[in-house]
Amino acid sequence: MADTGFLPKEKIKEFLEALSKDTVVYVPTKEGETAAFKVYSPDAEICLDRPANIPPKSVIYPQCETLLSFEYKKTDPDDPKKMAVEVRAETNYPKAVIFGCRPCDAKGFAIYDRVFLDTDTADPYYREHREKTTIISLACEAPFAGCFCVAVGGGPADTAGSDVLMTEVDKGYYLEALTEKGRAALSVPVIEDGASYKAAAEKIKTEARAKVKNPFPADATEKVSPKLFDTDEFWQQVTNKCVSCGACTYLCPTCYCFNITDEQALSKGERIRTWDACMFRHFTLEASGHNPRPTKSRRFRNRVGHKFSYYPEKYNGAIACCGCGRCIRYCPVSVDISEVVGYLKDPKQDPATWVATNTKAVKDGSL
Amino acid sequence: MSTEKLKETIQKVFPDVECVICWQEGFDKLHTTPLFITTPDQTEKVVWNLLCVQNLAAYLPSLKKKIAVVVKGCDSRTIVQFMQEGLIDRSNVVVIGIPCRGVVSVKKVLAAVGQQPIEDVKVSDGNIIVKTPKGEKTLAIADVSPGKCKTCQYPTPVIYDFLVGEPIESDKPAASVYDDVREFEKLSLAERKAYFEKEFGKCIRCYACRNACPMCVCQDSCIAETRDPHWITQKMTPEEKMMFHMIHSVHLAGRCVECGECERVCPMDIPVAKLKKKINSAMKELFDYVPGVNPDDKPPMYTFNVDEVKIKEHKL
Repeated sequence: MADTGFLPKEKIKEFLEALSKDTVVYVPTKEGETAAFKVYSPDAEICLDRPANIPPKSVIYPQCETLLSFEYKKTDPDDPKKMAVEVRAETNYPKAVIFGCRPCDAKGFAIYDRVFLDTDTADPYYREHREKTTIISLACEAPFAGCFCVAVGGGPADTAGSDVLMTEVDKGYYLEALTEKGRAALSVPVIEDGASYKAAAEKIKTEARAKVKNPFPADATEKVSPKLFDTDEFWQQVTNKCVSCGACTYLCPTCYCFNITDEQALSKGERIRTWDACMFRHFTLEASGHNPRPTKSRRFRNRVGHKFSYYPEKYNGAIACCGCGRCIRYCPVSVDISEVVGYLKDPKQDPATWVATNTKAVKDGSL
Repeated sequence: MSTEKLKETIQKVFPDVECVICWQEGFDKLHTTPLFITTPDQTEKVVWNLLCVQNLAAYLPSLKKKIAVVVKGCDSRTIVQFMQEGLIDRSNVVVIGIPCRGVVSVKKVLAAVGQQPIEDVKVSDGNIIVKTPKGEKTLAIADVSPGKCKTCQYPTPVIYDFLVGEPIESDKPAASVYDDVREFEKLSLAERKAYFEKEFGKCIRCYACRNACPMCVCQDSCIAETRDPHWITQKMTPEEKMMFHMIHSVHLAGRCVECGECERVCPMDIPVAKLKKKINSAMKELFDYVPGVNPDDKPPMYTFNVDEVKIKEHKL
């Protein structure tokens, strides 16, 4: 099996069709102006000229995953009160390929792996999807609005999480297999020898990296400032404009908080796991009615803290943000997480000066 | 020009208010972002141009202090509707109105430049000129304006304490405001159903449309999430998504001020406002009512007449 290859542009569909024979292939598909990962079909308009609106995280970590299904059954015809519950759980998912996601999207899965797999209680649903999915990422030759991957340990040609990295060169894509799964994908006969494209691809990757801006201060600290982080006024100020919707979290390749609900109708139902969003009012609402994060500033602090403080503390300094910029691009009111983290990593900032020099918090409402 | 006048007006309202909500430049030249200023010397960041898309009045019910807010004509209807519904105390709000000839849809501009990072934006002679690493692109503003601007009847705010500039009249015919609704209704029921199933199928249930909507006031009792009553499951099926959007629309009957925020904020580009516009057209036909125009009006759904002139009762 080859380590590198070349996919001519005119053979993309041929390649995807070959892969589709025994796997479910997800490609960034354009519908109107929206690009999202859909199962490949020959008439799909494949969108490779920009990142999809939403990353492919749902392929491996579905927005709605059935954990188990259950059914109540009567056991005694003479006594209708006697019931037994039958529970079924299935994780026999088909093999899948994610084609044409960006390196930041793939890196999201590397961030999930630590949470769902690198533990003594690995998540069986996630594991099954992850093991059966081959990720073929496309390196970015230039950044898009709001991108800042280089500032969070990534890059436009980062390989974390991917099985194959594609780089667009003249008339096609240079492919590098990064894993066994990747090598298997390159064994499809459509793939040509790639050796002669290596130098061109390396040049494009190096140039791309130089084009991505780092929004943090030049002397940014490695860790966020605990002093500013613990200043409530800071969070209230930066969230004045937030509308507390879930766009940032649902479009985020690294957000993985979930909710579990039982959805039952009559005697049958399913226990499902669905994405949750820390920006929602119900996030961490407890059964007693108490909510430890009752306000949007508290919830936003959790969002930033999780990515840039709690997760790095737990996983050897790894940041749980891939810098894809979607939360910035698609925020209804242009909340800019890179700006907020920039303040937190600026060694010159001190809480008193921050509070005095910036517009004040208007109200730390629950809205 | 108007920006300077706006800054002067903002400086005037201090110290009468604790905060002024206005716009400033966002993370790039194409995006603006709401700015909450609390002292007159912070006005240097204030901007006013056709990129000031957010409806800032939407923040008002959550703020209990005395606040000034800058509104375009469309946004001003939000304030009137809030007053009708008792959601704000008018004496606690200073309204700074700005006559507006239309904004641009940032999404349409970004689509036209292939989502490239924005280096500069200029406006001249009815065009918006956008510079990206791939070069400069000149777009006619008319081609990238949001739907609401194409039929705007209220270019001058319907309510204000200060007006920045002179009042202007609408140059769009009132009779054609709902032309798009009528056009859409020519499709068969099956076609319309298929259209909405496809569009709402894209929904990721992020509720940006709900949270940006100034008239969504159910807060933490929203049908989308409440477990008691349990109207909608958390599943990602088309039925659940449709149900949420239908309820959202119906809750806005006679209340939707057509600010277009729901559609503007959708990260999946779903035409979320279409159903709402249909309901507004029905409000106009049945009750000759336009929401958010007169503070003394009572929204039609807040009252009823035994004999509604234009509604045929089922004679049971």
